[in-house]
Amino acid sequence: MTRLIKSGALATLILAASSAAYAADAAGPATDWNAVLIFAAFVLLTLGITYWAAMRTRTAKDFYAAGGSITGLQNGLAIAGDYMSAASFLGISALVFSAGYYGLIYSIGFLVGWPIIMFLMAEPLRNLGRYTFADVASYRLQATPIRAMAATGTLVTVLFYLIAQMVGAGQLIQLLFGLDYLYAVILVGILMVIYVTFGGMIATTWVQIIKAGLLLVGATLMALLVLAAFGFDFNALIAKAIEVHPQHDKIMLPGAAVANPISAISLGMALMFGTAGLPHILMRFFTVRDAKEARKSVFWATTFIGYFYILTFIIGFGAIVMVGPDPAYHVGGDITKGLIGGANMPAIHLAAAVGGDLMKGFIAAVAFATILAVVSGLTLSGASAVSHDLYASVFRHGRVDEAAEVRASRITTVVLGIVAIILGVIFQKINVAFMVGLAFAVAASANFPVLLLSMLWKGLTTRGAFIGGFVGLICAVGLTVVSPGIWEAVFGNAKGSAWFPYTSPAIFSMPLGFFCCWLFSVTDNSATAAKERAAYEAQFVRSQTGIGAEKAAAH
Amino acid sequence: MDEQTIKRIQSDPNYQKLVAERTSFGWTLTIITLVIYYGFIALVAFAPSVIAVPVAGSITIGIILGVAIIIASILLTGIYVMRANSQYDELNNAIVNAAGMGGK
Repeated sequence: MTRLIKSGALATLILAASSAAYAADAAGPATDWNAVLIFAAFVLLTLGITYWAAMRTRTAKDFYAAGGSITGLQNGLAIAGDYMSAASFLGISALVFSAGYYGLIYSIGFLVGWPIIMFLMAEPLRNLGRYTFADVASYRLQATPIRAMAATGTLVTVLFYLIAQMVGAGQLIQLLFGLDYLYAVILVGILMVIYVTFGGMIATTWVQIIKAGLLLVGATLMALLVLAAFGFDFNALIAKAIEVHPQHDKIMLPGAAVANPISAISLGMALMFGTAGLPHILMRFFTVRDAKEARKSVFWATTFIGYFYILTFIIGFGAIVMVGPDPAYHVGGDITKGLIGGANMPAIHLAAAVGGDLMKGFIAAVAFATILAVVSGLTLSGASAVSHDLYASVFRHGRVDEAAEVRASRITTVVLGIVAIILGVIFQKINVAFMVGLAFAVAASANFPVLLLSMLWKGLTTRGAFIGGFVGLICAVGLTVVSPGIWEAVFGNAKGSAWFPYTSPAIFSMPLGFFCCWLFSVTDNSATAAKERAAYEAQFVRSQTGIGAEKAAAH
Repeated sequence: MDEQTIKRIQSDPNYQKLVAERTSFGWTLTIITLVIYYGFIALVAFAPSVIAVPVAGSITIGIILGVAIIIASILLTGIYVMRANSQYDELNNAIVNAAGMGGK
């Protein structure tokens, strides 16, 4: 296995180096060697960690949950790492750059889900679960339908999120490393498969921790350099931004995108409750020893993420002042034309503006590392849903040994890697932030209602959870397809022809999911439903006290 | 866990106290979070011009509210962790010991 890692790593590096060298000769964006070298150092370090993790990954618990050996602080950093995706870093700073205050509304929505997770979910989740959130949802319900539903919700969420990350990666690498989009996407796919198949959750967690540290350091440096340029006078920065931005003082308004109150509230719901239904985040709660560490994880994650969003706001305003009016960063040196590399690039250009080429190389490498780490976490959670929920429980009814289950997970990882590469190529032109919003809407409408009710409501039955989860899922995806973002922008129908006029479906799909869970539970008079309600007592005692909960591996 | 252990734990006054206190504290903080956030979203949705009102130089109400919500989120989770680490864990240990399920 270690030989495989080494040859895989070698092949990846050769592919990267040769394509970069090729691109350097050809016309097109110049290769940023600082970025390439810093990124190569990151890849070598993380492959080293994968090698180390592979030696320690012996059991299914090691593979899925890092043996339950991660501490609260480490897990908090890893969760923050999963959450501070490239869509957050590049996307939100780009949103602030183009629309000002509107970007901060997104950040706040992304953050406020965390206190809710802490108050209602973190501890019961840790006390009831093993590897996936389906373990919790199916704790007292019938395994086959509930796991099938949860795995579907997981895969849909993971795939939408993966597309967003792959597309972001492709565009970024194309710009910075001068690498062809196709090679860039393949490179991300191969590295991610190596991390996950060989190193499992241990490697994925450490890759995430290192990247979160780098991202926090990089963003802090940039924000400080921006503020330093204004003598640490935040007021002066805002005043200058209002002066130079084409929309002037309109950038302090919530923006045209929330002109519609229903859209504003709907988006707020998707962001807030979607967080509590993201499978790759929920999975992290099983990597710590007990409920106490789970609790600490959420506190650290909330702190890091909140701090990070304040930084992105400063970075976005810095970009308005230092990148916006500078022709050097615009296509053809014309500030009325778009930014070089596309709309998601203000943070990267700002790095060059405040810290020169070395800083730009560093931030670019960190952004790429971010995508790689998030993609790995997503893939691991998708693979776990297939192997642990679908393969082991639904198809083999639990009659499968651990080794076979982990093998299934590794095979799924490779398949998901290939699927991610293909989707990344197909959806090359899609709006990244929109795909992330869709993933959140599905998580809020399908995964979140089933998970929350299974833990907190005695009356939930298998029928209610199964129907409610699928109705939420279908409604979220269906409404999105007929919303302007897909119906008009992707399918090319006439403007104003979309049946569903709002930007996010969550305000309808999430309550509908909850309502169907409730309706089809209370009308369920079957004998199994009675048994499931009776089993709630024992589940509740365990969820509250942790007695009988999955223990950490003995080390 | 067998039926008897569950019954025994459920009748433990410490358990009843833990569940009652933690549940009400958790929901209180949840409601505070929801009120703060949806109050903010309502302002954004129904009175967006208020967001852009400057209070100190170019710094607007919106910026102050935004940063305040971020800090409040961190503080609220911190308050929960502090209370849970002291009171709830103590109660929980007592329950686990009384149930004879120690040796964690």
